[in-house]
Amino acid sequence: MQKVMMGNHALSWGAKLSRAEVIAAYPITPQTEVVELLSNMCADGSLKAEFIKVESEHSAMAASMGAAAAGARTFTATSSQGLALMHEVLHWATGARLPIVMGNINRAMAPPWTIWTEQTDSIAQRDTGWIQIYTSSIQEIMDSVIQAYKVAEQVYLPVMVVLDSFVLSHTNENCDIPDQDKVDAYLPRFENAYRLNTDKPAAFGGLTGPDWYYELRYKIEKDTERSLDLFEETGKEFGEMFGREYGLVETYKLDDADTVLVASASIASTARPAIDQLREEGHKVGLVRIRVFRPFPSELLRKLLAGRKKVLVIDRNISFGMSGAFYAETKAALYNEKKAPPMWGYIAGLGGRDVPLNVIRDMIEQTIAEEHPEGDIVWIGVKR
Amino acid sequence: MKYTIPEQEIMCSGHKACQGCGATLAMRYALKALGPKTILTLPACCWSVIDGPFPYSAVGVPLFHTAFETAAAVASGIRAGLDMRGDTETNVVAWAGDGGTFDIGIQALSGTVERNDNVIYICYDNEAYMNTGVQRSSATPWGAVTTTTPARHFKQERKKDMIGIMAAHSIPYTASASVAYPEDFIRKLNIAKETPGAKFIHILASCPPGWKTAPELAIKLARLAVQTHVFPLYEIYEGRYYKLSMDPKKKPLIDYIKPQGRFRHLTEEQVAEMDKQVDERYDRLKEQAERSKSWFEAKKEK
Repeated sequence: MQKVMMGNHALSWGAKLSRAEVIAAYPITPQTEVVELLSNMCADGSLKAEFIKVESEHSAMAASMGAAAAGARTFTATSSQGLALMHEVLHWATGARLPIVMGNINRAMAPPWTIWTEQTDSIAQRDTGWIQIYTSSIQEIMDSVIQAYKVAEQVYLPVMVVLDSFVLSHTNENCDIPDQDKVDAYLPRFENAYRLNTDKPAAFGGLTGPDWYYELRYKIEKDTERSLDLFEETGKEFGEMFGREYGLVETYKLDDADTVLVASASIASTARPAIDQLREEGHKVGLVRIRVFRPFPSELLRKLLAGRKKVLVIDRNISFGMSGAFYAETKAALYNEKKAPPMWGYIAGLGGRDVPLNVIRDMIEQTIAEEHPEGDIVWIGVKR
Repeated sequence: MKYTIPEQEIMCSGHKACQGCGATLAMRYALKALGPKTILTLPACCWSVIDGPFPYSAVGVPLFHTAFETAAAVASGIRAGLDMRGDTETNVVAWAGDGGTFDIGIQALSGTVERNDNVIYICYDNEAYMNTGVQRSSATPWGAVTTTTPARHFKQERKKDMIGIMAAHSIPYTASASVAYPEDFIRKLNIAKETPGAKFIHILASCPPGWKTAPELAIKLARLAVQTHVFPLYEIYEGRYYKLSMDPKKKPLIDYIKPQGRFRHLTEEQVAEMDKQVDERYDRLKEQAERSKSWFEAKKEK
């Protein structure tokens, strides 16, 4: 079925198609339409789920943990301040190995009050152990929720599906809603082997000393790494079943490119026509869009970027005192490569500042013009 | 011989509690009443330690340890998850100390009770942050010494009326209980089990190290708390109808105060001030119970 819908509703549809059984969520701009549509779906019976209308995001994640621990497929969604409030419980969900899927709408952090897009909210949660998918189209949002459960439930880790505030959350695009039968075949009912079960009583998360805590962290790391392969496998399988394939990254005109732009989310979509224009003008430019940021696809990026003449990374986020996260991590991934290319880091579009085609062109052209990157980061278009 | 409390023993030995721990007895009685079809969630509290380190557990039922302020919300989630998987029978119990209930967990608790989620929330109240070494909580009584309210500046504020707060949510059933009166506690748990919606039970759990008393006095003090009217046993139905579980002839407050090191610094005048507070509260409770009498009579007739 084809339907024009906003990014937020694509999250709701993703949860519905995945047959989420428990939803626990708290409203926040620009996420509200996600929970509004899910409330309607629960009310009209088209989605058979319990919707717990919690009193805060902290409780949204706590209740999600309880539901997932009881064995139910669980969904929530939030944004910005709400995600920050969840921080403590995000760590808990990972440590408790609960395959919760959450939508996060990237909204800049206050103060000053703002509602527009920036990735710093989710980037600030990168060390909580949540797997993170950064989407770039409305269709991809819906599809990613379904894929997220497929991966999460194999590695017993939570997954965050991330989208830009307004640019994606409130933009309407035509979407293909896959048949429920096919989604059920791709994503069967989940049986949690470690659920709270009165037939097999066990305590989860009890006091653990230095003799075992270390090993438990190691297991989380190994399963997080395993999800890299699972994303490739389940993304291919998704393509075979639904005609849309997803990987860890998406590339565009990369093969012969000597200058490569690394970007994420909606900026990567705007980058494609910019690259087309520059190609027409004789520049060999290509694109790598990082889709899965946690786990970071380091090995794949080494393969794609080592030996290129120049690489530039655009970040719609800032780790104050360092740089954007995608830049820092891409650089780190290539540090030991003999043929590591010089890398330019650009900060752009913070707090929802528009990043149009010509600004992306400016960044690529500056990179082409310069012999070597000067300084660590460039704030493009900043009013000084 | 007829036992007055259930014989089934779900909790096992080997737990890590201090000698004379009221919270441990409270759990033992609670599990006797609730049975094996029970799932517990525990926030940070003494019981996070008492249950035993990984991979051990003393409770004999599934247990989800959780963050300090989340017990009620996690219980709501477990309930929804079980319901969706067709299990509406299993008791879902949040088991928290006074810090996790009166203070840091009150927001999530308010949410769960306002939504009337079908869970039992049990607060075992040892009247301070005992697990971290006796710091004051809003459940600490007026006059008590803790490590953050030293004798020269003892707790100046009255204990928060948590059951009153629950009643203000129109909670279907809430009650106070004491480890010195296990039959009463178990009877209340059975009512909680049978009542749909949210339930809140507040059980006073004596704490020898925190109250600075001898372990062998734990039960005696819990009983004296009731007998001196410091901790009355009562129930509230539908957030409005009060019933005293017992109305003992008041023993002198000093009987309860004297054996406890945490009150040792109090002067006679200060004990008199505390006594005034106790009487005020007890009188109010009796008035509320009096006003509710007709409702209980009508209920009985039905």
